[in-house]
Amino acid sequence: MVTIAEERVVRPPDTAAVSAVLAEATEAGRTVAVRGAGTKDHWGGPLVPADVVLATTRLTGVVMHEPDDLVATVRAGTPLRDLQAVLGLQGQRLALSSGYPQATVGGVLSTGEAGPLRLRHGAGRDLLIGVEFVRADGVVAHAGGRVVKNVAGYDLGRLLCGAYGTVGVITEATFKLQPIPPASAWVVAPLASEVDLAPLATAAQSPSVAPSAIEVDLGPDGAGSLAVLVEGTPAGVAARAAALVGTLGPRSSVVDEAPAGWGDYPFGPGDVGLTIASPVSALPTVIATLRRHLDGAVRVRGSAGAGVVHAAVAPTVPVPDLATAVREVRALLDGSGGSCVLTCAPETVTSTVDRWGPVAGLALMRRVKAQFDPAGRFAAGRFVGGI
Amino acid sequence: MTAVTGVALRIAELARHLTTALGPDAVVTDEAERRTYECDGLTHHRSVPALVVLPRTAEQVQAVVVACRDAGVPWVARGSGTGLSGGALPHAEGVLIVTIRLRRILDLDLANGRAVVEPGVVNLAISRAVEHDGWFYAPDPSSQSVCSIGGNVAENSGGAKCVKYGFTVHHVTGLQVCTPDGELVWIGAGMAATSPGYDLVGLVVGSEGTLGIVTKVVVRLLRRPEQVTTLLAGFASMAAAGAATSALIAAGLTPAAVEMMDALAITAAEQAVACQYPPGAGAVLIVELDGPAVEVAQDEATVRRICDAHGAIEVRVAVDEAERAEIWKGRKSAFAAVGRISRDYIVQDGVIPRTALAEVLAEIDALAAAAGIRVANVFHAGDGNLHPLVLFDQEVPGELAAAQQVSSAILDLCLAHGGSITGEHGVGVDKAEKMPRMFTADDLATMQLLRCAFDPAGLANPGKVFPTPRLCGEPPRPRTSAESLRPDGIALW
Repeated sequence: MVTIAEERVVRPPDTAAVSAVLAEATEAGRTVAVRGAGTKDHWGGPLVPADVVLATTRLTGVVMHEPDDLVATVRAGTPLRDLQAVLGLQGQRLALSSGYPQATVGGVLSTGEAGPLRLRHGAGRDLLIGVEFVRADGVVAHAGGRVVKNVAGYDLGRLLCGAYGTVGVITEATFKLQPIPPASAWVVAPLASEVDLAPLATAAQSPSVAPSAIEVDLGPDGAGSLAVLVEGTPAGVAARAAALVGTLGPRSSVVDEAPAGWGDYPFGPGDVGLTIASPVSALPTVIATLRRHLDGAVRVRGSAGAGVVHAAVAPTVPVPDLATAVREVRALLDGSGGSCVLTCAPETVTSTVDRWGPVAGLALMRRVKAQFDPAGRFAAGRFVGGI
Repeated sequence: MTAVTGVALRIAELARHLTTALGPDAVVTDEAERRTYECDGLTHHRSVPALVVLPRTAEQVQAVVVACRDAGVPWVARGSGTGLSGGALPHAEGVLIVTIRLRRILDLDLANGRAVVEPGVVNLAISRAVEHDGWFYAPDPSSQSVCSIGGNVAENSGGAKCVKYGFTVHHVTGLQVCTPDGELVWIGAGMAATSPGYDLVGLVVGSEGTLGIVTKVVVRLLRRPEQVTTLLAGFASMAAAGAATSALIAAGLTPAAVEMMDALAITAAEQAVACQYPPGAGAVLIVELDGPAVEVAQDEATVRRICDAHGAIEVRVAVDEAERAEIWKGRKSAFAAVGRISRDYIVQDGVIPRTALAEVLAEIDALAAAAGIRVANVFHAGDGNLHPLVLFDQEVPGELAAAQQVSSAILDLCLAHGGSITGEHGVGVDKAEKMPRMFTADDLATMQLLRCAFDPAGLANPGKVFPTPRLCGEPPRPRTSAESLRPDGIALW
């Protein structure tokens, strides 16, 4: 975990104070790094050096929750699990989760985290219906609204999602919610290797199952499991899960609690963490390629059904081997729109292996950044192409 | 006078250049022929384009955009021209780029649930191409048999099934875009689900043709649901139907569609297509459930129970395509059907929190009564997207003005209840002046930063979305010496 000198951290209590901090930074020509709970300081390029760290941890609380409209507004520094607890009291949820228990709503949005439910509900950008944020020059701006259907104006919430705090500071977010389904079950099937993944994941996608999530978990030896989440009415879930066991084979079983590691990242402190977005059909080949070059030192976990998985590479792996693996995976994905990103990796690695790989539309992204943050106030170097 | 001549000269030169580059059949200069493009689906805004071009390939689109860039001539993209906010209203001194000849489906990749299509491909053609393999493309605007995917991308089109499936933006994973400076770039995740960097696809979708013109679209395909069941429930009043809708959502159901029509809309539909909705109904609710058969069966029972509990006078269920078409016939024909009971009408598109439904409908009634104007209500009740049809007769002095006033006041009502001025038709030219009612000056200026990043010269669909264009030439504030270069050597902007 990155340590940050306390005297460089400011914790504004409200949007006006965030605006004041940024106006002052503009005046003084200081650079600013935006931070939630700091659970993903080690993601992306280095968070330091910046002159000021703007932490959102005092911007907390659910501002609005209208259960009958299935919408809620929350301050950005609110831990996601606190929001879920409030929503849960009314039998509702935000279909978003983080691999870090302390993660804030703003941090989850800014880093583009999305848990197993992404198969059905997408990522934060798909659930965000309105946003309040503060620009680099301190101006407070809004986009979207508080109704689930709205096409008035540019959807700037989407610009902020996954932007690593490089275009503005999210201060409030409004989401569309889902009712928590009355019943859920997981069907877990063992996998001897990634070779089994494709047919089983395809079978699980059957319209008679209509799963909410399809997750893969493969250990260093390549063996592991496929877990499929089925949600609905008690009778419906029981029938669908039983049918799925029939499809996935006699070694699969139904469990009524999430399997260990569900929604967690495979990587821990010290590991190199990769995020791979692949066409679903190419995923087994991608995983096999990783394993070939990182024999016995890579764990893979993630949303096999959506084609987004994370890989943990042991720190003992020689950098040239990792470099080869990443290069070959990127070559496999070339032309498909897929990507292999070193989500968390020390500089000893990123000095050799490009953290982001090819980025479609990078020149446009630089132009967007130049408009929103012409002085390069936010998080210089943290994002794609050194943005 | 000299300015006009300058424009005419530039256009004539462009026409010559593009005729050489694209061939004579791709360039329309004839005034009468150009006039056929003077409006989109919003017919009371009209403007004859100075030039119309119909490119056949992405490269030809690029050639047109580059030529416009070099000549400093504005351009407007148009698909099938079914838009309802004047988003494709031509520029009188500009070029209209019509995409209908770009209508190839380039790739159907069912292993990855994707299709790659050209922008002129008709929405419904995608589902038609994959339905036999058990797939479909979810966004279903009511014009889906004619509207183009390029137009859907520009407007972030919705449809009846948004309540469950979301909008166009949730179903587009990659785009090839010709930017206003003439670059042809791929953005987004394509066959994958996410990509590093800013979500440019999410920004371009719904930008109403102001950030560029899409030349290829990668769309997400979904497996067709195992079971689709459609229920039609007649109620004595809109209040009862509205209460039933709220109860459905409160029960935790996620129907694929929840649609409502009031008595006037029902009357019009009966006259037009004899849809035979329950006699005497003051409101009908159409609820479509889809998903695994076992779940749909459970939900169907719940919907019946809730409708009965809220005093439904009749509940019908359709389980096959023919019966379903019968139920949807009245709803799908409603806009056109209103033409049977009124010479002219305005289709409004506003959004309210669903919980405000009863209150807002009463307020619309009061507005209409005060103005002596009839309003028929047809809407997507599941997500609070209202489509009031404001009826008038252009021949009656004062009726148009009264109708416009009621229509505008309905949007004010939506805003007063925390809603939006548009749920799916877009801002276009029609509602640009309403934007300051919904957003602050800072909000609008901030949105236009994005415009400036993509289109600093302001040539792509100028005059749409924003009431006051921002000049992009404004130089950024001078940098302090501390800002010019980071210690780590990364150049700043």
